[in-house]
Amino acid sequence: MATLSAAELAQQAAKYEPVIGLEVHVQLNTATKIFCGCPTAFGAPPNSQTCPVCLGLPGALPVLNREAVRKAVLAALGLGCTVNEVSIFARKNYFYPDLPKGYQISQYDRPLAEHGSLFVDARDAHGRPTGGTKTIGITRLHLEEDAGKSLHEGFPDSETFSYVDLNRSGVPLIEIVSEPDMRSPEEAHEYVTRLKQIMLYLDVSDCNMEEGSLRCDANVSLRLRGSERFGTKAEIKNLNSFRFLQRALEFEILRQAEILESGGRVVQETRLYNAAEGRTYSMRSKEEAHDYRYFPEPDLPPLVVSAAAREEIAAKMPELPRAKRERLMAQYGLAAYDAEVLTATQALADYFEAAATGSAHPKAVANWIMGELAAHMNATGETLATIKIQPAHVAQLAALIAEGTISGKMAKEVFARMAATGEPPAAAVAALGLKQESDPAALRALVAQVLAAHPQQAAQYRAGKTALLGFFVGQVMKASRGQANPALVNQLLQEALA
Amino acid sequence: MTDLHTLTTATVRTQLAEGQISARGLVEEFLRAIPAVDGRVHSYLTMAPERARAQAARLDALAERGEPLPPLAGVPVAVKDVISTRGIRTTCGSRALERYTPLFDATAVERLEAAGAIILGKLNCDEFAMGSSNENSAFGPVRNPWDLERVPGGSSGGAAAAVAAGLAVAALGSDTGGSIRQPAAFCGVVGLLPTYGRVSRFGLVAFASSLDHIGPLARSAKDAAAVLAAIAGRDPLDATSADAPVPDYVRQLDEPIAGLRIGVPREAMAAGAGLDAAVAAQFQAALAQLEHAGCKIVEISLPHAPYAIATYYVIATAEASSNLARYDGVRYGLRVEADSLGEMYRRTREAGFGAEVKRRILLGTFVLSAGYYDAYYRKAQRVRNLVAGDYRAAFESVDAIATPTTPTPAFRLGEKIADPLQMYLNDIFTVSADLAGIPGISVPCGFASGLPVGLQLLGNYFEEARLLRLAHHYERLRGAFPDPPVSLAEAPRG
Repeated sequence: MATLSAAELAQQAAKYEPVIGLEVHVQLNTATKIFCGCPTAFGAPPNSQTCPVCLGLPGALPVLNREAVRKAVLAALGLGCTVNEVSIFARKNYFYPDLPKGYQISQYDRPLAEHGSLFVDARDAHGRPTGGTKTIGITRLHLEEDAGKSLHEGFPDSETFSYVDLNRSGVPLIEIVSEPDMRSPEEAHEYVTRLKQIMLYLDVSDCNMEEGSLRCDANVSLRLRGSERFGTKAEIKNLNSFRFLQRALEFEILRQAEILESGGRVVQETRLYNAAEGRTYSMRSKEEAHDYRYFPEPDLPPLVVSAAAREEIAAKMPELPRAKRERLMAQYGLAAYDAEVLTATQALADYFEAAATGSAHPKAVANWIMGELAAHMNATGETLATIKIQPAHVAQLAALIAEGTISGKMAKEVFARMAATGEPPAAAVAALGLKQESDPAALRALVAQVLAAHPQQAAQYRAGKTALLGFFVGQVMKASRGQANPALVNQLLQEALA
Repeated sequence: MTDLHTLTTATVRTQLAEGQISARGLVEEFLRAIPAVDGRVHSYLTMAPERARAQAARLDALAERGEPLPPLAGVPVAVKDVISTRGIRTTCGSRALERYTPLFDATAVERLEAAGAIILGKLNCDEFAMGSSNENSAFGPVRNPWDLERVPGGSSGGAAAAVAAGLAVAALGSDTGGSIRQPAAFCGVVGLLPTYGRVSRFGLVAFASSLDHIGPLARSAKDAAAVLAAIAGRDPLDATSADAPVPDYVRQLDEPIAGLRIGVPREAMAAGAGLDAAVAAQFQAALAQLEHAGCKIVEISLPHAPYAIATYYVIATAEASSNLARYDGVRYGLRVEADSLGEMYRRTREAGFGAEVKRRILLGTFVLSAGYYDAYYRKAQRVRNLVAGDYRAAFESVDAIATPTTPTPAFRLGEKIADPLQMYLNDIFTVSADLAGIPGISVPCGFASGLPVGLQLLGNYFEEARLLRLAHHYERLRGAFPDPPVSLAEAPRG
């Protein structure tokens, strides 16, 4: 194969349309495991959170954790899935040292939920958002248990031995399989981002990729643009971050395009992403694929989620990001971008709404939260849970500015003090002695004083060099030690110089 | 004082309450007497003297304080070695678990001890309960106390032989395709298969989870009833255990049987079933006695019965192939070291499992594999439903169903070991109850060629009480069943 430049490769790839589907595994944040009472906390000493059930000891039996079912149903409903009244657990059989029973209890031909959807931004052929929305289908959502972890590194004898930690064995997972509806790495990235956001809103998972509570595999194939038929797909595993997902897809699209352009055929296989090298490697071909010999799990009766149980869970469904974005735009007059930023997390949206409710200046409130407040948290590492500034204080600050009590510049100083002390803005203003001077009589005196001190510049201004207005404003502000109301100063100077 | 081999649950408890015996004394007598007899029978794999003595001491303390004694107080029992016992090795008759000691008790074991029973030890069986002759034990076969050259049946052969020879008053066995009832028939004792879900499987090492049952073996229906009463009932640790209330099985034994309708499946009596003439004669005689006692004998049909064996060997092996995957040498049990993981797996499982277990893992892996699942496993599940449907239909018109437990009496050691299909056919009358999940009981009904014959009675779901009642009445009609030639009866009490 001839070596092509990046630009040539990109040009080749542009002839093809990527077809992408994602399989996302989400660890549910239940206190205990799916089939036993062991805790699920991350980071405990190896094998300290185990029992006969999750160790797969002979004679131990699984008993389903109802809370895991509730969270899975909530997740399914949050993704618009139809929850099956009866679903079946199945055994997925394969040998691996971190799989203590030699099979994983999962669901196969009758999953918990099916036919859901998730909305992403519609994009043009260049991957740019068009302002509309696009629906990504969700094929199925099913419940299963996590396996343990094989530890191949970090021990003095890791050269010759691997270790197994079964703390993770039996942690509840949901697997969410999308339709092959995505057409670009950006779209795939947005899909997982929104999926994660929904899971967090529902409080069904921590979605912490570093700790493995959200994991992602991608199926990708190419077809000539305009073609209806799907090409041969490759499955990519080991995508440990959203960034890696996007990069792996970008690499894989170029790789497949190069094969197709040179007249070759893409091989159906599983590939591993190597983040350090930024490329994918073949892991096993279709022929080497496991035969998992799925069959119904005889140790567990069919999982029944009655209509009543489903409705009870649905009744506690929180407002999800998409609905919240639309409502914030309508209710507070926010721009789409601002609504997007403010709904990034449930906590941020709640904070905003607590501040904006009853405020006459919701947009200003939004700006303070997205600007100073966000910057403060970034700089200090604080979170909405730890910051001292109360939502009502942000609203009060916006009101003080709007009323002209303090200037925007003063407000930044006030804000810094509020952040440090937790004082309401009025108290911070008083403590800083920062009250804005808006008395026209007092300001006129300052204006007269400044003009008298700079007769030459006054003359130049009057001769038409109106750019000097800023100079005079600055002098008046200085004379007032920053407390003069700048808008009023501006007006009074213009009157005096007329 | 009675002889050890004639003790019953009721006599032990009464004698203990009245201070005629001490539980500790009884345990010592059994521990002393067992080796001489069991040297020939080989029913025990592991004795549990410390645990037995500790439990006996607790019961003696209760008796001495004059406190009410639990229903099985002081009753020496033994447990098939596929049932987990905390701190006592549980081998499943396999090299793979030769040195495996469970961290927990099976629920049935826990309940048995809570009811006052004393566990003397663990009983030999076919490896992972796979077999009909006990010749598949990695630790050597059990011999039939009626004829040491013959098999005791399987897979609960140790349990049946021990109870028959008086080496325990009762035992816990397991039944997946007939593994309680068939050895009970071969050894001349009572064996009960409870309804699926009646007794918790927690702690029963799985062979085929949807077919596995724990149940009692005893020398009378009454003792079987007492043991069942102790172990039955919902267990939060087994999601397939049933919530149905547990009746007082012992009290209901004496209720009348006159008027009960007993169905005899035409398919069981057909030529193809391979029924031995002497067995058939004993079976007919038993029916005549029941009829004489007021039962109505009616012919019924179980049209799918001929497919039960094939169905069973698809489903049971499929589940076994998955259930036995965990014996991989990684965490516990046998490990044969090797340079690579795959090689370690291969060597461990090659050395750990016997021929029959390997055969079933291969069969089960095959029937579940891509391209064969529909033709075998899925089809077998359908036939299983049809088999269960046969029983549901039959129980519309009869109260119980009777068959011989096995087509022949106990065969010779080695006679069928080379021909697995012939061996499997031994389960022809027993497997379909496991497939349907209904209860069944085998009760001794005479002899053929000097060997015990079993009468099998099957009932509708959760109708163990009716089966026990029928068996109990039949025992009276039949009269006392003799002791086998090899038993504690030979050993003078010390």
